[in-house]
This record gives sequence, structure tokens and C-alpha cells, in this order.
Amino acid sequence: MSVQLVLLAILMAAVTYPSRAIPLLIPGIERLPRRALDYLQLVGPAVLAALAAVNVTVVSPGGKPAFHIGVEWLAVIASVGVMAWRKNLLLGLALGVVLVALARATGLAA
Amino acid sequence: MTGFGFVYGLAARAAGFSPVEAMAMSLLVFAGAAQFAAIGYVAGGLAWPGVILLTALLNARHLLYSASLAPWLRERPLRRRALMAHLLTDEAFALSIAHFRRVGRADERGYWIAAIASTFVPWNLATFAGVALGGQIADPSRYGLDVVFPAAMAGLTVGLVTGRRELIAAAVGGGIGVVASLALSPAVGIVAGGLLGPLAGLAIPRTAAHETAPLGTPASAERYGAQGVPHEPVAPPDGQAVVPPDRQSNQPPDGQAVEPSGPPPDGGSA
Repeated sequence: MSVQLVLLAILMAAVTYPSRAIPLLIPGIERLPRRALDYLQLVGPAVLAALAAVNVTVVSPGGKPAFHIGVEWLAVIASVGVMAWRKNLLLGLALGVVLVALARATGLAA
Repeated sequence: MTGFGFVYGLAARAAGFSPVEAMAMSLLVFAGAAQFAAIGYVAGGLAWPGVILLTALLNARHLLYSASLAPWLRERPLRRRALMAHLLTDEAFALSIAHFRRVGRADERGYWIAAIASTFVPWNLATFAGVALGGQIADPSRYGLDVVFPAAMAGLTVGLVTGRRELIAAAVGGGIGVVASLALSPAVGIVAGGLLGPLAGLAIPRTAAHETAPLGTPASAERYGAQGVPHEPVAPPDGQAVVPPDRQSNQPPDGQAVEPSGPPPDGGSA
């Protein structure tokens, strides 16, 4: 069983902990310029959107990145629609999974 | 929380994480969005320094939660505050700050309940369940489980769009991510989208941003937390800040530096 990523988890924890701890342990040190705070507020949406977009639209057959259009697009769009409508992540995920599974089971998608 | 952790466990196994690796993330990192993102980083072949940089940026919002709680908890022993810090998540912040405000004091037991009983234990048990079930599925894509990750990322993104700046940052980040992935590699695309998207968002003037959940407020925490999980209403009825009154006078007057725990412009409506 691989444990290589345990070290990565430790390193990720090491860079996360200061954000959680510094203001609690050394009050007053957390002040940041307004511009830096504004930037940090936008990192979450940007990085998560990049992950979603790359994951669903880019495939790398043989190591060469290529644009991909597939049922996953529809599934993700449907999932997001349900999540936004019902404010429920799990419900949206379940719909996406079912759509893709059905499409593949019926031969409509690879 | 449990459902979100379960899906994380499933997605991690589907991406090739071993049970020990998936559980180590939940126990040590204990940050849902960053853990989900790490699955994508690793699957995309992003080098570890890139993973660590993006994790640090993504989790930097905890700085603001911690700053908001600091005035309430400053009388607690240092060692306990150090442990509290590891357990500080979006959910723990939203629950505990609401509780502190309601009872009018720092209830340490309430914090532990919010952080451990309501968050840490369910998250890790759910991860374990997802990891265990994911390990039994020989071909996750056959059951559509490969779509869990991008759908979860997209859903979390939508939840984080609380103003025009976030919308632009997400759209540009996603676009740059795809273009750079095709031109160079997915790893480069993810980093480029994550770092450059926010710059595009900053091009929107603050006055036109229509921000409804400034970072570091309970409203923001709820958006980062597991969607679909009911939270107590945390909006102060009188538009007061989430910090104790004696702290509010410490607001910088000139906007040069920002007190992260300061009152949101709209009174912190969730």
C-alpha cells in the first residue's frame, strides 16, 4: 500500500497550520493589506474553477493534452444546476453520477 | 459534513490514493476544499511545490477565522489554543462564533463540540467509509464516480461566488486553466488559473463587486463549508461585528491595514 502521499499531507498540513494558528497564538499579527485579503478571497473560486474545468475538458491520451467533449460536461452542468437550485452538494453529485452511469450503461457514452 | 467526507473518500480512492494516504489527508490537513483540490493536483501531475503553494493560498482564509476567534479565546492556555487551531475549519468557525455570540462569552466546551464532535470526527469517519467503499469498486468510471470530482469542484466554486469579483476570478481561472493545460500541461494550467484568475477579479472595483460574504465572516465560512449541511443562522441581528465590542475599536481608520474580523459591510447576513 502506497504511503508516498502521507508526506504530502504532512507538508500540506504544515502550510495550513500557520493560517489557523498565528492569530490565535499571536494576536495582532494577522493584519494584512487590503489588497492581499482581496486576492486571497478570490483564490478559492479561481483554483476550484480551474480544477473543475481542466478535469472535465482536458484529457491526456498518450501524455498529450487534448480538448474533450463528453457526457461529463452535461453531468457537471446538471449537478451544478441542482446544487445551485437545492443548495445541496450531495444531491447534485448523485444526479451527475447517475447521469454518467446511465449514459455509459446504455452505450450513449464511452 | 458526513456526506461531503464520504464523497472525498470515494474520490480519493478513485484517483488512486491509498486508504492510508486518503485518511492522512483528512486527519492531518483536515480542510475539505484543499483535500478535494489535492486530488486534482495529484491526478494532474502537479509537482509537490505547486500543490503546497496552492494549498497555502487556498487555506489562507483560515487566517481570518482565527483572527475573528482570537479575541474570544485569548484568555485560554496557549497549549489549548494551539490544539484549537488545528481543528479550526469553516464549519467549526461558523458554529462556534455563532455560539459565542449567542451566549455572549467564549464557551470553550462549545468550541470543542463544534470542532471535534460536529466536524473532525464525522469528517474522518465519513472519509473512512468512502475510502472503504471506494476500495471495493474495481472500475469507478463504470458507475460514473469519475464525475464526482469535477462536479464537486464546480459545485464548490458556485457556492463561493458571492460577488462579481469571485465570478470573474472563477471564469477567468477556469478559462486560463483549460488554455494553459492544452498549451502546456494540466499541472501548469491549474496553477496558472488559480493564480491569475484572482488578478482578473481584482480588476472589478470594490464598489461594483456586490460582495455578499466578505472573507473571514460567518457567511463566508458557510459557503466554504459543506453545502447542504444546515447551519445555525449566524447573522447578528443588529449588524454588529463578529468580534467582541472591545475589539471593534481596534479597526484601522485609514484602510491601510484590515482587521480581518471586522464587520462585513452588509452586517454579515448569511
